[in-house]
Formats: sequence, structure tokens, C-alpha cells
Amino acid sequence: MEYALLIYGDEKVWTSREGEEARTHSERHERFAAALQQRGVLRGGKKLALPGESSTTLRRDGDDVSVTDGPFAETTEVFGGFYLIEADDLDAAIAVARELPEDVVEIRPISGM
Amino acid sequence: MTERQTTGMTGVEAVEQAYRDHWSRLLALLVTRTRRFDVAEDALQDAFVAAARTWPEQGVPANPAAWLVTAARRRVLDRARREEGDQRRLPLLVTDPVDAGGAEDVMDAVDGAVEDERLRLLFACCHPALSADSRAALMLRFGAGLRTAEIARLFLVPEPTMAARLTRAKAKIAVAGIPLRRPVAADLPARLRVMLAVVYLLFTEGYRATAGPQLQRPQLAAEAIRLGYLLGELLPGEDEIGALLALMVLQHARRDARLDDEGRLVLLADQDRSRWRHDEIARGLALLRELGPPASAYHLQALIAAEHCGARPDWTRVARLYAELERRTGSSVVRLNRAVAVAEAGAPEAALALLDGLDAALPANHLVPTVRAELLTRLGRRAEADAAYDAALRLVRTDAERDHLARRRAAL
Repeated sequence: MEYALLIYGDEKVWTSREGEEARTHSERHERFAAALQQRGVLRGGKKLALPGESSTTLRRDGDDVSVTDGPFAETTEVFGGFYLIEADDLDAAIAVARELPEDVVEIRPISGM
Repeated sequence: MTERQTTGMTGVEAVEQAYRDHWSRLLALLVTRTRRFDVAEDALQDAFVAAARTWPEQGVPANPAAWLVTAARRRVLDRARREEGDQRRLPLLVTDPVDAGGAEDVMDAVDGAVEDERLRLLFACCHPALSADSRAALMLRFGAGLRTAEIARLFLVPEPTMAARLTRAKAKIAVAGIPLRRPVAADLPARLRVMLAVVYLLFTEGYRATAGPQLQRPQLAAEAIRLGYLLGELLPGEDEIGALLALMVLQHARRDARLDDEGRLVLLADQDRSRWRHDEIARGLALLRELGPPASAYHLQALIAAEHCGARPDWTRVARLYAELERRTGSSVVRLNRAVAVAEAGAPEAALALLDGLDAALPANHLVPTVRAELLTRLGRRAEADAAYDAALRLVRTDAERDHLARRRAAL
């Protein structure tokens, strides 16, 4: 099965990471991705720009389309990035998610239909 | 599986008996092979309908389980043909292959123990990725083999609500890829703990209901005990299961004495012991004797329950067991119980000291000021006792307990 590991976190915490701390964190992600690659289970993944400084939301209502500044939902925990992995089942996906250097990871299966 | 005598039974009785004896086993067998809940449940349901139609007329087959599985397998094949290419159906359940999967294999399995299939299914039902409500409902469905209507009654919700909850839970298992698999040794303790928590939650809801008009619902507690026995059979040698089972059996044995004629709770010390089920107490004590040294919270609780089943509890021992339980769980409720035991062991002042800080930890619990009031009364500190009864009366929620508190205060 394919799973998306969706990473959520506090935007303030993420932006406050600087210098050595930021470098260590991205190195941990690189090591995580490299390990998955080696096991042949990494299908993709991206880090997103933080929503506060980058998001634009489009809303369609009938024929009207509005474009606004900001994310879809104003919440403290924001979506920061994702990995796409191959795993036999949810337990295997949870085991992979545990290796991530992140506090909140939502595990969603890719709908294979 | 013990062979039951089916001769002399009417066809209808035989179908009902076969349902009780075989439904859960056969369902586990079919689910692990078809890898679909809906197909397995519908096929087995159809097989029982067919049995209800033919057994009364043509007689009960020599091997009812084999007859049922043959009928169910025919439905499974029909359905598979009909639904070929259907895009809307759920993904297949994740499970390891079960032997070759041929017809002979299934027929062998029918007469075998089916433990592995049942365990796989139950571990999926108790997966931490499911909500607590879902886990409890799934355990009653697939572990205890109850029908949806029966589960709805036990949970005090309308049948369609329970049907929807079960459907959602089964869809989550399929779509999220929750595996039907026995956990690896490293995960087993944590997964077993979740499973036992599900069973104990069912029991406590039956033992002291938090919803509904009755203070206890003995059928729910009895189902939890049945599940405990089932887990004990499926996972022999796990002391924690035996400990939980002993705890439940000992508590359940007092059910007839726990309520008075008006349905009010009767305190342990005031219970009519002749209404305890002494055969069940003996069984609970026997279960306890089979265990090693206390290694789980359930075990300590069972030992405490056992003390309460004797003629006179050894309160010093009870207080010691509660102290150990508090050390393990850090629970404020346990500390409250420990205080009561310490008082009964003859040290009300020490008991009073144990209550310090509990009002902050359990601000809505009327039992903290209730116990304090009782202790102060015993120490002859009437004014303080009076104030504590006031505090308790402000928090108490059931009429029965309010009456009790008012009577106690009036007696000061």
C-alpha cells in the first residue's frame, strides 16, 4: 500500500529555528529520506513553504471565483510537508512515521482506486 | 471446541446453538480468507438463514459447522462473480495468507481450533488507530459474536447508530490498512494492554453504568467476562489476562447484592453476603492462584477484590495493595481508596493526611469530601465533618447518594 505521511506543526516553532538547530533538523530529514530510499520504500516527498508567508486560497462558489491571501484554515498547527511511502500495512507505516523527527504526523493511505 | 449433543434438539434450537457455538469462529475463518468483512458477514448470515429453513425439515446435519461453512462458501463465490469489476468496493483487508486456501483446507480448519484466525481478527478490532467506541463495539461483534441490535441495546443507542458505527470502523480497518495479524513479540505487550483495556472498559460500564437508567448492566459485564475467557484461551500463559479475568469474576459475583430493592447502590460492608455468588468467587480465587507474583495493576486490583470477598478483609493488607497500586498508576482515585483502607485498618488520622491535595486532583468528585466527612466524624471533629458533608452535597449527582449523605449528616 502507499501512504502519505503528513507533517503538522506550529508555524512559530518552525520559523524560530535558526542556524545550527535548523541545519540539524534538515539533516535529520535527509537521513530519514536516505534510509527510506535505501529500503526502496520512498515514493516522493516535499517540504512546503510556510503558509503564513506564502499561501493563497482560491474558492469557487458557482461561477464566482475568489482568490484570497492566507491558508484554507487559520489554525495553530499547519501543514508543513509530506512523504509518500510504500508500506505493507498501517503498522509498517506507523513504524516509518516514528522515525520522523516531527511531533505530529498524520498517516493517510493513498486511495488506490 | 467441545462437541455438543445436537440430537434431541429441534431444528430451530440447533440453529441457535450453532450460532452461539460457531458464528465467531466461522466468521474469523471467512474474513481471513475472503479478506472482506461485508462478504464474510453476509455469506455467513445467508448460511444461517438457509440452516433455519432446512434443518427443521430435513434434520440437523452431523457436522453443523461444516454444513454452514459449505453454504457460506457458495455465497462467497456467487458474490465474487457478481461484483467482479465493481469499483466502489473497499480495498481487501491486509492479512498474511492462510495456508493454501483450497476447499479442503477450509473444511479442515472448521474442525480445527481457528485460534490464529480469531486472534488476528481481534487484534485488528483492538488496534490503537481505532476509536475507543469502535474497538468496544467491534469486540462485542467479532469477539463475543453479538448481533448489531444486541450491541446497540448494550450501548443504549438506536440500532442504526450502532450499525453505522460498525460500518465506519470496518471501513477504517480496510481503507487504512490495519492488518489482521498477531503483533510481533516486541509489540505484543502494548497491543495486549489495549485489548485488555477494551474488555475492562466494557466490564466497568456494565458494573457501574455511566449512562442509562440502571446503575449496573449485568449482561454487559457478563459479555466482558466471556471475552476475557476467550482471550485466555487464545493467548494461554499471559498472566495479565488471568489477572483481569479474576478481577472481573470476583466483582461480578457480588452483582445481586450491590443494589437494594429500590435499585440503590449498597455499600460493600452492608451487602447481604448470602446473595453473593459463592461458586463464582471460588472460580475467581482459583484464577488468582494460578498467577505468578503480582505484575500488573489488574492483579493488584484482583487481590484487593479477593480480600473483600472473604469474611473479614485484612485492611492492613488492602491498604498495602492500594499503596502499591498507587505507586504503579499514580491515580488519585486509587489514593482515595487507599485512604479508606488505611482508616479501616485503624489509622483515621493517617487516612486524613492521604486526602491532602485530592480536592485539587479530583475537583468534581464528591467522594473526596464524602470520605473526609466520614473520617472527621470518626475522629469526633463535628464542625469540620459538617462542612465536609456540605461540600459533598454540593458535588453529588445521584439522588440515592444525596439521600445517603443527608442521612449521615443528620446523624452527626
